[in-house]
Amino acid sequence: MREITESTIQAVEAKALSLRRHIISMLGEAGSGHTGGSLSAADIVACLYFWEMNVDPHQPQKPDRDRFVLSKGHAAPVLYAALAEKGFFPVTELAGLRKLGNPLQGHPDMRKVPGVEASTGSLGQGISWAVGMALAEKMNGGGSYRIYALLGDGEIEEGLVWEALMAAAHYKLDNLTAFLDHNRLQIDGPISQVMSPEPVADKFRAFGWETLVIDGHDIGQIMPALELARSTHGRPTAIIAETIKGKGCSFMENKAEWHGTAPNREQTIQALKELGIGPEPV
Amino acid sequence: MEKQATRDAYGKALVELGRKYSDVVVLDADLSKSTKTADFAKIFPNRFINAGIAEQNMMGMAAGLAASGKVPFASSFAIFATGRAFEIVRNSLAYANLSVKICATHAGITVGEDGGSHQSVEDLAIMRCVPNITVVAPADGTSTRKAVEAVYHHSGPVYLRLGRPAVPVLYDESLDFQIGRGIELRGGKDATLIGCGIMVAKCLEAADRLREQGIDVSVVDMHTIKPIDRDLIARKAHDTGAILTVEEHSVLGGLGGAVCEVVCEQFPVPVMRMGIEDRFGQSGTPDELLEYYGLSVDMIVANTRILVSKK
Repeated sequence: MREITESTIQAVEAKALSLRRHIISMLGEAGSGHTGGSLSAADIVACLYFWEMNVDPHQPQKPDRDRFVLSKGHAAPVLYAALAEKGFFPVTELAGLRKLGNPLQGHPDMRKVPGVEASTGSLGQGISWAVGMALAEKMNGGGSYRIYALLGDGEIEEGLVWEALMAAAHYKLDNLTAFLDHNRLQIDGPISQVMSPEPVADKFRAFGWETLVIDGHDIGQIMPALELARSTHGRPTAIIAETIKGKGCSFMENKAEWHGTAPNREQTIQALKELGIGPEPV
Repeated sequence: MEKQATRDAYGKALVELGRKYSDVVVLDADLSKSTKTADFAKIFPNRFINAGIAEQNMMGMAAGLAASGKVPFASSFAIFATGRAFEIVRNSLAYANLSVKICATHAGITVGEDGGSHQSVEDLAIMRCVPNITVVAPADGTSTRKAVEAVYHHSGPVYLRLGRPAVPVLYDESLDFQIGRGIELRGGKDATLIGCGIMVAKCLEAADRLREQGIDVSVVDMHTIKPIDRDLIARKAHDTGAILTVEEHSVLGGLGGAVCEVVCEQFPVPVMRMGIEDRFGQSGTPDELLEYYGLSVDMIVANTRILVSKK
């Protein structure tokens, strides 16, 4: 077991802060995109790329790498930020987000960006890819790498998600771990009002998944949850991460209108200030 | 005349393919006895995945398998593979340009007694307009076996359209099957019959009858609908001056549409499209349905005579 100490936790927390700064900067530059759900997932994604997963930016296709599938593909900024921070491409390229001819598409394109494992964006499809990847790993004998997926809580309104969850349990895919970014908001408002998928943990359990509920912003809870997933045999693990949409920027937190909105110039400056960058560091 | 259903040939070809290539995996959605993937499942249980009655997830899982280095063959009835699962095929397979082979059986009205809900008359049109997807509709058992090998080696997503009923075997093992290259089965000067799938055999039969009536037609097996063999179509338009297309599919957007797109741009001549007029199928035997929807040898002969008279 890897060590979970104050210093390993703090190192990942620092990376999560960097991801949030990149997210705000690139969305401010792009002028459009999905801010709230990128920020809510920043701690999970930081923990995966900077503690959990075996990936090598110098060998993005190495066969035994762990795979991450961003099923909620609209949170592309958090994935791009992690890949750049990890060294898959220069951080300066993040400024090209959503611009004509740039590899950083509005939703992730595996054919254009090194380190992107699945072309996602149409909701529900990523978890299905992840199940296929986990099946492939098992067919090859198993035990060589793990597959991670990140789902949105609005996303699980898609029927395909439940087809995929059913298959993952049926085929006993204990090499698969899925996070649910449970920020409780979707474009049209609270998930409880638009189309409630609750109770989500009960549903994952009923579908045969080992299911944990944690604070998705507490690295000290994400790490042991991942350890537990590794030690679970015979079934996949779901980590229900309780999160706050827009986490880290006070004026964005818990507001559905920040689902698909990018900050303007003033808001970008304000948000970066809150994240410790700017004329008046926090 | 020897007969074989293209779905039967597919099932046998899959087993051969599985023996030759260890990266071949097969998915089905609870129809393996009908699509004939069951033989592969029996011999290679570790490389067969039953998705259950969940075609969308079957295609999504196929994407993940392909992204992990496998070559998945995903089978269901044409209506579900291209209809129910369309947007997963579009975004997860085609957009990502993954080497997944969508091999759908029970295409067209010759599904028969199950009726219109299960008879896909629009799959060629749907698949043809999606970027990156290659569309193949083989005419007989031999060309199906060759097509299965060819699509395995082809990089990118492929839609292979297969049928339920036994149809005449037209080719022997010497067939040189190449994706994108139509096969000129017979030369002729008065018109060209371009068919695909199970209608190719009917075109050949019609050509025999027409010859007895003094009309000399060429017959082409246009097994690849996309990318279509533009050179062959243009040459036949030039050499024979009239084209009749015949497909077990809607007259909108399939083989007939594809041929017209080439003819109007490269060498305009009269074209007549035979297929299912813009409507759904219904229950009946395959032969009754082909007759009812105007896809009989008699109708090919009659339409060719009209077409030739317009030249």
